[in-house]
Amino acid sequence: MEDTFILNGHQFTSRFILGSGKYSLDLIKAAIENAGAQMITLALRRAAGGEIANILDYIPDNITLLPNTSGARNADEAVRIARLAREMGCGDFIKIEAIRDTKYLLPDNYETLKATEVLAKEGFVVMPYMYPDLNFARDLRNAGAACVMPLGAPIGSNKGLCTKDFIKILIDEIDLPVIVDAGIGKPSQACEAMEMGAAAVMANTAIATARDIPTMALAFKKAIEAGRNAYLAGLGTVIDTGARASSPLTGFLHD
Amino acid sequence: MNRSNHMEYIDGMERIDSDMLKQVVHAMHNYDYTKYTAYDVKTALAHDSLTTEDFAALLSPAALPLLEEMAQRAQFETRKHFGNSIAMFTPLYIANYCENYCIYCGFNCHNKIRRARLTEAEIETEMQTISKTGLQEILILTGESRKMSNVDYIANACRIAKKYFKVVGIEVYPMNSAEYAKLHKSGADFVTVFQETYNSDKYETLHIEGHKRIFPYRFYAQERAIMGGMRGVGFAALLGLDDFRKDAFATGMHAYLLQKKYPHAEIAFSCPRLRPIINNDKINPRDVHEPQLLQVICAYRIFMPFAAITISTRECERFRNNAINIAATKISAGVDVGIGGHSGSQKGDEQFEISDPRNVDEVYKAIEQQGLQPVMSDYIYV
Repeated sequence: MEDTFILNGHQFTSRFILGSGKYSLDLIKAAIENAGAQMITLALRRAAGGEIANILDYIPDNITLLPNTSGARNADEAVRIARLAREMGCGDFIKIEAIRDTKYLLPDNYETLKATEVLAKEGFVVMPYMYPDLNFARDLRNAGAACVMPLGAPIGSNKGLCTKDFIKILIDEIDLPVIVDAGIGKPSQACEAMEMGAAAVMANTAIATARDIPTMALAFKKAIEAGRNAYLAGLGTVIDTGARASSPLTGFLHD
Repeated sequence: MNRSNHMEYIDGMERIDSDMLKQVVHAMHNYDYTKYTAYDVKTALAHDSLTTEDFAALLSPAALPLLEEMAQRAQFETRKHFGNSIAMFTPLYIANYCENYCIYCGFNCHNKIRRARLTEAEIETEMQTISKTGLQEILILTGESRKMSNVDYIANACRIAKKYFKVVGIEVYPMNSAEYAKLHKSGADFVTVFQETYNSDKYETLHIEGHKRIFPYRFYAQERAIMGGMRGVGFAALLGLDDFRKDAFATGMHAYLLQKKYPHAEIAFSCPRLRPIINNDKINPRDVHEPQLLQVICAYRIFMPFAAITISTRECERFRNNAINIAATKISAGVDVGIGGHSGSQKGDEQFEISDPRNVDEVYKAIEQQGLQPVMSDYIYV
């Protein structure tokens, strides 16, 4: 059976969501092909940028667009940008980014939830970028989110899974796809997220700042597939501390 | 001549209850850049996130021999936060009447130049011409005359601009927050105000007449703009007017404290150096040579990696091409600093002499040639 993940009834075989910002437009096609990506994020504010160098002209038609609401500082603005994305023909998928801190670009969970409530009711496939908090993830699920997108580390930091333990809690407890977003800096970190049971990984800066963008996209694809296969295969046990005692501790039960 | 007290507000000027000015000026006065060593600079560069003390070290003379290391770090931060995107825009001067006497500025009220103010129809013609180049961002400028270019006039210009451009910024005289709110409703979302120099004593000697003379009112312009609903604000000292290291330090502190108080505010820096003007070709940036300018730009970038940095046509093609490769994220193109020059019928003279006359197409290609991506708009008005 094909290994897929589902977002509000939409099925995907690729578990690599590629970012499109921060690199040259003429490399987007090659990056998508090498990544084997079926979904690409784009900032609507870039897509609304006029006729010259418009990012939309560089994305192949068969790729699902995941417009994001970057630039929104609160729920109202995120909702307005989402509606605009739909009007511009970008489809029903929307990644909610509600950010009111220009320094760290950390998501505002409260505003994100408010936007999710509104947009899910309007039929959007809502994919909220969020700080990994279990209670909040439950609220998002109840509000109609199609997945949760916890950050691994601050956007653009390439620091990897700084929030690993909290993402694992979401994977264990939330019956929605958990897509690790932001902070993934290397293929090995993407692989680690997938080994943990993440449904997919989203990466942008790690690829955009590589010397060879298409090749890095390929490296991520392979790492994500390896991590997914490892998860499906079931990781072997790792003994962190101590060795097995030669005299069993429970031997007395059989005496 | 008896000059008015430049620290005292004039009736009608909005006051903000804040001690930010005191904090910035205090930090600047206590900034002794001679005390820093190469060790301090290297320590600063080793920090993941810089303290204000690190920023001070990066602006010191001790950092100049380490400029290559600074440039490397600056480029790393720029790519991390902005990728290879370089925003393009052009300034549009719609009026050059000015009520201020600022001795270094071509628009000053005593300088004998051709004065002009574009009509609404002329503004529209200029904007149509500019928009045909593909640009999506415009910066509207006026001389500082409330009488000849009042808030309604600027608001109209913003409304016209919204028809042709995605991004509208203004660089006009400081105003009250309610006036900024009006311009915001008219489509503007970014406000740039140059403090020129943060040394208020020096400021007093350079700004002899006019409302611009009121130092604190100008200082709090960015804060009033944010209160008026603007998304982003730009800061600058005019390098060469006074001690550039202290002025650059104060500029960074000003931006740092404002972002701390308003975390949602988008921050931008400009890095202008003094340029010759009509009737005074002797004006020059004094001790701010290209290495010093690059040092300031890199220090801004490393201290506030998320801030936009604009490199204007005050600098030459070679410097600008390299600045965008290192730290600048925004570049002007097809620049005309006179009144009405874009559509071929200039009727007012220039503010200063520019050093890079390249048109939009030429700058676009130069950006691409460096493996960078020209971006016409990365913005939505919401």
